[in-house]
Amino acid sequence: MKRLRRFFQHYKKEVVLAPLFKLLEAIMNLLVPLVVAAIINRGIASNDHPYLYLMFGALLILAVAGMLFSFTAQWFAANASVGFTTEMRQALFDHIQKLSYTELDTLGTDTLITRMTSDANQVQNGINLALRLLLRSPFIVFGSMIMAFTIDVKSALIFVVVIPLLLIVVFGIMLTSIPLFQKAQKALDKLTGLTRENLSGARVIRAFCKEENEVKSFDERNDALTKINESVGRLSALMNPATYAIINIATIVLIKTGALRVSSGALLQGDVVALYNYMAQIIVELIKLASLIITINKSLACADRIADIFDIKPSMAYPKKLAEAASSANADIRNTAAGAAGSGLHDGSGDSDSTAADAVGSELHNISSGSDISSADAVRFDHVSFSYAESDAEALTDIDFTVKRGQTVGIIGGTGCGKSTLVNLIPRFYDATKGSVAVDGIDVKNYPEGALIDKIGVVPQKAILFEGSIRDNLRWGNQDATDDEIWAALTTAQAKEIVEGKAGQLDAHIEQNGRNLSGGQRQRLTIARALVKKPEILIMDDSSSALDFATDLALRRAVRAMEGSLTIFIVSQRASSIRTADQILVLDDGKLAGKGTHDELMKTCPVYQEIYYSQYPDERPDRKGTDTTGDTKESLTGDTAATGKEAESDIGQAMENGKEAEI
Amino acid sequence: MSKKPVKKMTREETRTVFGKVLHVIGNYSLLLFLSVLLAAVSVILQLYIPILFGQAIDYILGPSQVDFAAIAVIMKKTLFFIILASLVTWVMNLINNRLTYRTVADIRAKAIRRIQEVPLSYLDRNSEGDIVQRVIADVDQLSDGLLLGFSELFSGIVMIVATLIFMLQRSVSITLMVMILTPVSFLVARFIAGRSFSMFQRQTEVRGQQTALINEMVGSEKVVKAFNYGERASERFDKINKDLQKYSVRAIFFSSLTNPSTRAVNAVIYALVALVGSFMILGGRLTVGTLTVLLTYANQYMKPFNDISSVFTELTNAMACAARVFELIEAEPQSTDPVVELPKPVKGDVSITDVSFSYTKDKPLIEHFNLSANAGRRIAIVGPTGCGKTTFINLLMRFYDVNAGTIRIDGTDTQLVSRHSLRESFGMVLQDTWLMNGTVRENIAFGRPEASDGEIITAAKEAHSWDFIRRLPKKLDTIINDDDLSQGQKQLLCITRVMLCHPSMLILDEATSSIDTRTELLVQDAFDKLMKGRTSFIVAHRLSTIRNADAILVMKDGHIIEQGTHDELLAAGGFYKTLYEAQFAGVAT
Repeated sequence: MKRLRRFFQHYKKEVVLAPLFKLLEAIMNLLVPLVVAAIINRGIASNDHPYLYLMFGALLILAVAGMLFSFTAQWFAANASVGFTTEMRQALFDHIQKLSYTELDTLGTDTLITRMTSDANQVQNGINLALRLLLRSPFIVFGSMIMAFTIDVKSALIFVVVIPLLLIVVFGIMLTSIPLFQKAQKALDKLTGLTRENLSGARVIRAFCKEENEVKSFDERNDALTKINESVGRLSALMNPATYAIINIATIVLIKTGALRVSSGALLQGDVVALYNYMAQIIVELIKLASLIITINKSLACADRIADIFDIKPSMAYPKKLAEAASSANADIRNTAAGAAGSGLHDGSGDSDSTAADAVGSELHNISSGSDISSADAVRFDHVSFSYAESDAEALTDIDFTVKRGQTVGIIGGTGCGKSTLVNLIPRFYDATKGSVAVDGIDVKNYPEGALIDKIGVVPQKAILFEGSIRDNLRWGNQDATDDEIWAALTTAQAKEIVEGKAGQLDAHIEQNGRNLSGGQRQRLTIARALVKKPEILIMDDSSSALDFATDLALRRAVRAMEGSLTIFIVSQRASSIRTADQILVLDDGKLAGKGTHDELMKTCPVYQEIYYSQYPDERPDRKGTDTTGDTKESLTGDTAATGKEAESDIGQAMENGKEAEI
Repeated sequence: MSKKPVKKMTREETRTVFGKVLHVIGNYSLLLFLSVLLAAVSVILQLYIPILFGQAIDYILGPSQVDFAAIAVIMKKTLFFIILASLVTWVMNLINNRLTYRTVADIRAKAIRRIQEVPLSYLDRNSEGDIVQRVIADVDQLSDGLLLGFSELFSGIVMIVATLIFMLQRSVSITLMVMILTPVSFLVARFIAGRSFSMFQRQTEVRGQQTALINEMVGSEKVVKAFNYGERASERFDKINKDLQKYSVRAIFFSSLTNPSTRAVNAVIYALVALVGSFMILGGRLTVGTLTVLLTYANQYMKPFNDISSVFTELTNAMACAARVFELIEAEPQSTDPVVELPKPVKGDVSITDVSFSYTKDKPLIEHFNLSANAGRRIAIVGPTGCGKTTFINLLMRFYDVNAGTIRIDGTDTQLVSRHSLRESFGMVLQDTWLMNGTVRENIAFGRPEASDGEIITAAKEAHSWDFIRRLPKKLDTIINDDDLSQGQKQLLCITRVMLCHPSMLILDEATSSIDTRTELLVQDAFDKLMKGRTSFIVAHRLSTIRNADAILVMKDGHIIEQGTHDELLAAGGFYKTLYEAQFAGVAT
């Protein structure tokens, strides 16, 4: 909680006033038994009617004042707790926006969502309760004792004994049962897990005739849970009777002491009634306090977890000073690129090799001048190795390659071989652990925040869209894109007819996560979204997997035909998607197993051959082709032949997409 | 668990549900009776003790006016009742514990049994989360709300009645005054609740919007970063967050007015009792001790009223949960199983005659379908997603029963033998690679728990899973964690699981999801080994599988529209051919 204290800074006044007014209310409460005692001792004893009315008035004033003090306290508490949480939530949200992929991986988005929602709410409740009640209950307990002392020291000593005794019993039971409650919760979680497993595996369980076994293991856990529950129950069953007995036995002692004191003339009858009333108040407040402490403890744990998130500093540093200069420089690059494309010239006259420009300053100068942009390699990996946080194994090892501006690069390899990891290093989603990555000849670490991302259009593996209109979604990368620009991107992404088929066209509503679109439609829209940015580098991370082969091909052709010298990275499991690339990178277990064109790799790279033949078994040299569509081995570079093969090799897949294709 | 809207139930329904609950607690009805009885005793004792204290106070009049003997007698009595009250409360708590926890355990045990017995259609129809909620959260709510709520309600009523009786015995006029004034505090509470309700509604609404935004933005934080959208996201968040602040402050403030207000009303009643009581003492109609008792009562008289209103909400909620729980444990079980076993050994001749089936009556799916597959044949099933390929598996395994026609295995109608004996003769590998939370060994030996390690390892070697199993930290004893294994490895484990069982017939569902090339080859090889000599039905995605099949079933929109071999189907020029060529044509242009 200490670590979050800063969010109270706008609510200092409220934080002090809320408990203060609550204490005033408590004082009103504590005064009531004294008034009653006065009624008995003076009003009744001396038959003083005006005094009785006066005391009645006093009780009414105490009631109304108590209420008003309480209202005031609630108002301050509500403002402080909600205000605190509002500011904390905003700061947390902003903080999350600053975290890099590495932190996001470590934390997990589910965790972050929980912190933002239920944890934050719990903190709000906790603060509200604490401000109102945390001081009030102990105040009344000890206030009762102090009031008792003002009445009669000897009788008050009973309070001195009883209060610690009750504290021990209440908190003893509470503290012992907390770990048991946690155990019970764990047992319940296990039972929940088992139930879930039974449902998700219903078919398999029935196929293997294991229904009885499942019931048996459920029964075991069910019994275990019941046992734990009952043992916690036995403990907490003691709470009420024990405290009840203690307080009432103490009252007996109090009455007896009171009797002695009255008999000796040290006390009046009304004083005994007052002492009796104070005793009764203690127990109610103590039990309130116990449950309050449980709630506040939970909130503190939530607050701690939230503070932990704040403590995580983004692991990436950006050269901040250059931020302003660079963003204008960035615009220059775009202009230059567009200009070059518009004139149809490929400017190859750049003079200086950018490797010479090591210092940030001179690099930046290079960008701003925009003179030798097209001569720089678009992307260069210089002996890059990478391992994820919390993992010893390298996900990428010594990757070294250069991509020229305007090239198309295919990246292929098995699952988990590091394809996505590799492309994630280009926009600096992660930092290389060894070696360096350079974009346009500049080390990615030297770009100011946001400047690098602006150059790159990313189509992530998971086609995620957001609730809102299609237009809103497509403008993610470029807020100011015109409808014409959006339509152009949609056409290239083969997504035009999706939008045309929707009522409202660009205004058509996309539901959360794009639920109202098919997987293929989502993929094409995410591609369009990346294109609306007019990136210099386009990264498609296995982003056409849900498209049929025809659409995939049309898409690749359209993207390559785009104006400007767009550099394209295509990550794919399909050999067909990347075989016409200018350069193919073959990854195997994080290492570059080969790079080159399709033809080169077919000659030199066994891993590539293996992948290729597994998808085109009929072309395997040692196997007789049962293929009736003609031998196309010699004309592999032709798109028609190549894709013809694709369709044949995977008719199941083709048929999956048949729905779309056949209509 | 998310809050669900409480369905309003008619009185009739409520009565039926409560009857069912009483029936379920059957064995424990004695406990319930005791719980209620002890609750009443405990309440009455707790109300009686202040009276005793009041009597004692009446013997403490002033200097030398104290009757110690009388006080001693009363205090002895009080001590006895205090101890009795504590004991009764303690026993009642213990009984309540046992009652609730055992009822919960019993109902859950019933539920899990019923889950095994209901037709699969029930499980397919209801979402997993929904059923889990019934078994876990709803049952808890049922026991907490219904059983404890009932006993709380009962003791609340006892408390009100007993308080009134005790008060009436002492002073009729004060009792009447308290009774007349009590509703004022309800009116105040209701007035405030009405005001805060609309604020709460708005708070809930805005909070919902905020949660949705958090889910979207933080849930897809990587995309947000990839598009530099963070600042814009923060702006959107800020707007909603400020709205939420506004409504939350009001909702919290208004609702927190209830307690101080009702307390104030109570305090006024208290003051009135004190005033009226004082004059009655002066008139000799009341003693100081009795006034103390009346004041105590006036203070606690309100409490059960407040409790009862919240208990009612809880009870209504619990009733709704109980109804949901009973809906599950009373779900119609699948048709009774014949005790006859499928004659062993099973050869694997499958013949399907004139079978019709549909999930819903108005949408016929499979009609008059015939197929004959001799032992050892391979049948491939192809078609677009959602065409009903799994329906076919459902019928073969009798996860669903045919509406008409017969499926025979070795000439025996599968409807006439027990489901277990039928399913034992099949091996099934589904695309959805379900593994249970347990060790590798437990998972492989799922179908044959008695299998030796030797057998398990042999099967694993044959299915190519041994290669990665032996590299796991504890080999066969490694506990499977969903994230540790790749999709391909999970698939190999599923194949090993079937490999160990030596079934006569197979049902295989080829994975469409991309597994890496090498594992893919292993899976394919394992499938090939598995299929050797066994009648196999394969939901196929690969051309090689389709070509090697003895027969292909082409399914579309739930219908089997064509069947034959690859060559026959191409020659026939039907849907299969169209689809095949449409892909070519589409690509070539």
